[in-house]
Amino acid sequence: MAAASFTTAKFLAPVAARSGGDRAPPLPAIGAASARPRRGAQKTRLRTALAVSSDVLAGNKVVQAAAGHLAVTREEALELYEDMVLGRVFEDMCAQMYYRGKMFGFVHLYNGQEAVSTGFIKLLNQADCVVSTYRDHVHALSKGVPARSVMAELFGKATGCCRGQGGSMHMFSAPHNLLGGFAFIGEGIPVATGAAFAAKYRHEVLKQSSPKGLDVTLAFFGDGTCNNGQFFECLNMAQLWKLPIVFVVENNLWAIGVSHLRATSDPEIWKKGPAFGMPGVHVDGMGVLKVREVAKEAIGRARRDEGPTLVECETYRFRGHSLADPDELRRPDEKSHYAASDPITALKNYIIEKNLATESELKSIEKKIEDVVEEAVEFADASPHPPRSQLLENVFADPKGFGIGPDGKYRCEDPKFTQGTAQV
Amino acid sequence: MAAASSLHAAAPAATPCRAGITSTPVARSVRVATAAARPGAGRGRLVARAAVAAKGDAPSCAAASNSDGHELLLFEALREGLIEEMKSDPTVCVFGEDVGHYGGSYKVTKGLAEMFGDLRVLDTPIAENSFTGMGVGAAMKGLRPVVEGMNMGFLLLAYNQISNNCGMLHYTSGGQFKIPLVIRGPGGVGRQLGAEHSQRLESYFQSIPGLQMVACSTAYNAKGLMKAAIRSENPVVLFEHVLLYNLKGKIPDEEYVLCLEEAEMVRPGEHVTILTYSRMRYHVMQAAKTLVNEGYDPEVIDIRSLKPFDLHTIGNSIKKTHRVLIVEECMRTGGIGASLRSAIIDNFWDYLDAPIMCLSSQDVPTPYAGTLEDATVVQPAQIVAAVEQLCQ
Repeated sequence: MAAASFTTAKFLAPVAARSGGDRAPPLPAIGAASARPRRGAQKTRLRTALAVSSDVLAGNKVVQAAAGHLAVTREEALELYEDMVLGRVFEDMCAQMYYRGKMFGFVHLYNGQEAVSTGFIKLLNQADCVVSTYRDHVHALSKGVPARSVMAELFGKATGCCRGQGGSMHMFSAPHNLLGGFAFIGEGIPVATGAAFAAKYRHEVLKQSSPKGLDVTLAFFGDGTCNNGQFFECLNMAQLWKLPIVFVVENNLWAIGVSHLRATSDPEIWKKGPAFGMPGVHVDGMGVLKVREVAKEAIGRARRDEGPTLVECETYRFRGHSLADPDELRRPDEKSHYAASDPITALKNYIIEKNLATESELKSIEKKIEDVVEEAVEFADASPHPPRSQLLENVFADPKGFGIGPDGKYRCEDPKFTQGTAQV
Repeated sequence: MAAASSLHAAAPAATPCRAGITSTPVARSVRVATAAARPGAGRGRLVARAAVAAKGDAPSCAAASNSDGHELLLFEALREGLIEEMKSDPTVCVFGEDVGHYGGSYKVTKGLAEMFGDLRVLDTPIAENSFTGMGVGAAMKGLRPVVEGMNMGFLLLAYNQISNNCGMLHYTSGGQFKIPLVIRGPGGVGRQLGAEHSQRLESYFQSIPGLQMVACSTAYNAKGLMKAAIRSENPVVLFEHVLLYNLKGKIPDEEYVLCLEEAEMVRPGEHVTILTYSRMRYHVMQAAKTLVNEGYDPEVIDIRSLKPFDLHTIGNSIKKTHRVLIVEECMRTGGIGASLRSAIIDNFWDYLDAPIMCLSSQDVPTPYAGTLEDATVVQPAQIVAAVEQLCQ
């Protein structure tokens, strides 16, 4: 049942200790720690160590040379750049709008983590599904939900992607196969597992096959979620039934104010994949090309019906947990360390270095994105608030679920029903 | 599904569905899924609205249909309904513990894995929250899963998914995704099963917006409600009862689907309206025998639809009898009875001649000892006493 040795070996993280410093107690070398042999051999082929964070394994120089990411074409690079800039500019605008009183509640921004969203989602087809958490604005944008729909949703307007009924933490889009937006961490993972199950079911039971392979589902969630039961239950089920899903951990090292290391007995999340029989990969989540390469492999595995993969992307959020978080617990040197690896700057430098585009071309992309986001705000501002009559719509897909009223008719048949004047 | 939708007709406003009257072509009550049938066409084809006698009385079947029907046990009726739906709609699938190779711990899915395969009748690991959530995700992507809780109580572990995702996702997505999920399983107080296997989850789930709840009590309504729940686009929780699975009943040979939102008239009467559901229906009918001998004429309604309540049937009854007794298995605090009482007060206050009485289980974890367990739930003697008091 071992995955093809090629892919499994590629996905074994190399034997290396984590860097010490203020973040971690020294951890045993990986090979030594596991009592039982991991599936697929102990080959630690460092030259295939694509999945290594040079930030994390500071001491390991050999690993730093592993910049073996595939070349990207100019078009691809610009697409990635544009998507990341969109994510960043959008989130910055959200912060502005929040402090101006245009959006309320809990707003969780994605600044700094753009490489993960872009690196993964830009590889998907429209039929593939994405499931996220409350930090979902950028996943929505990467999946193709128009910025104006997301902004209008944040403003609580009727033109939002969820008609204003979801809000920041509940972004959904059926045409783009964005299955949420979940406020409780971990509760989206079973939903993603179900979507992957449906893809498999369509293929095997309904015999609806596509030459592209199975539709893939990506589940995004954070380090805190990896201590949650639903995470483990779904790793088990996904591997058991070989579902076409990729579990993408956005390990930004902090769950609000609890450091990952204070919450997790074994902080190396990628190791939890092999514990359930699937490959576990660790990747530098600040490098979009590195993420993209790992993503290609993981998504490819799922599409080829080889089963799930657990990918741990070590990343960082430049802002607090939410706009309400004073963010006092994270040390300035940690913040500046990761700020120096801003994924957008990194890609920009790469593009210019490799002569894929000029600086002015990148600038014009940035300008274009700024216009898009400005327009999104204008659209959201101009959009109407949901009318009161919308309150009871969508509670049930079949509104007969509101029942039969005392007069013998289904309540939803009363024309005043959604005005709020009918007796419910 | 085409047949079902063509047969749904809004009840004519002028003719409220009178309890016990079977002549009205109550298309929404029972839908017979034959391609050619129109609502009301040919009374013979329409299965009459439930004037179903209780166990032990006249042959229990509403079949005014041509053929005699066939007799089976309640769990077999559930199974029959499930098989019919799985045969006609390939997106219907079953998830649960031991539903596949074991055939279901109450045999509702016996033989289904052989018929439909391991993916359509999926043996899940013991992870209620996750496999219920998986059902939600699969439903969002076009499947129609039937999730079985081996015991309803286990679904407490799935509460996160049932409340947040099952009930709410259609709304929070602005109507983009529907969740045509059925969650079913046995609940209620059994025979000395202990506190944790004797729970009544209908009281815990009833607040969840976006969820429909029905409770079956006879072979006839079990099959009809199972089919209706599967066909419904809403998430539906179907409450079965541990002690009713082996109840014998006669059901029509033709295909039929019941209406999820309707209550069932068990015994028409004049003096008092007794509202009940699931296993308590049988305690009520047992008490009814005594009451009839004492000269009372109780009207017994099996409410069946726990959320939403069928206020029309209930209201018509109250308007006639002016006295209400609710007999439920939920605990006194926060149960279905509590909500029903509240709904009746809101809607039918003027018709009441006496305060609504509600007999519920004690607010205790169900004890193991048989004598204590009997004292936890409502017994027929209490029902008789309550009616006597009400009708003074």
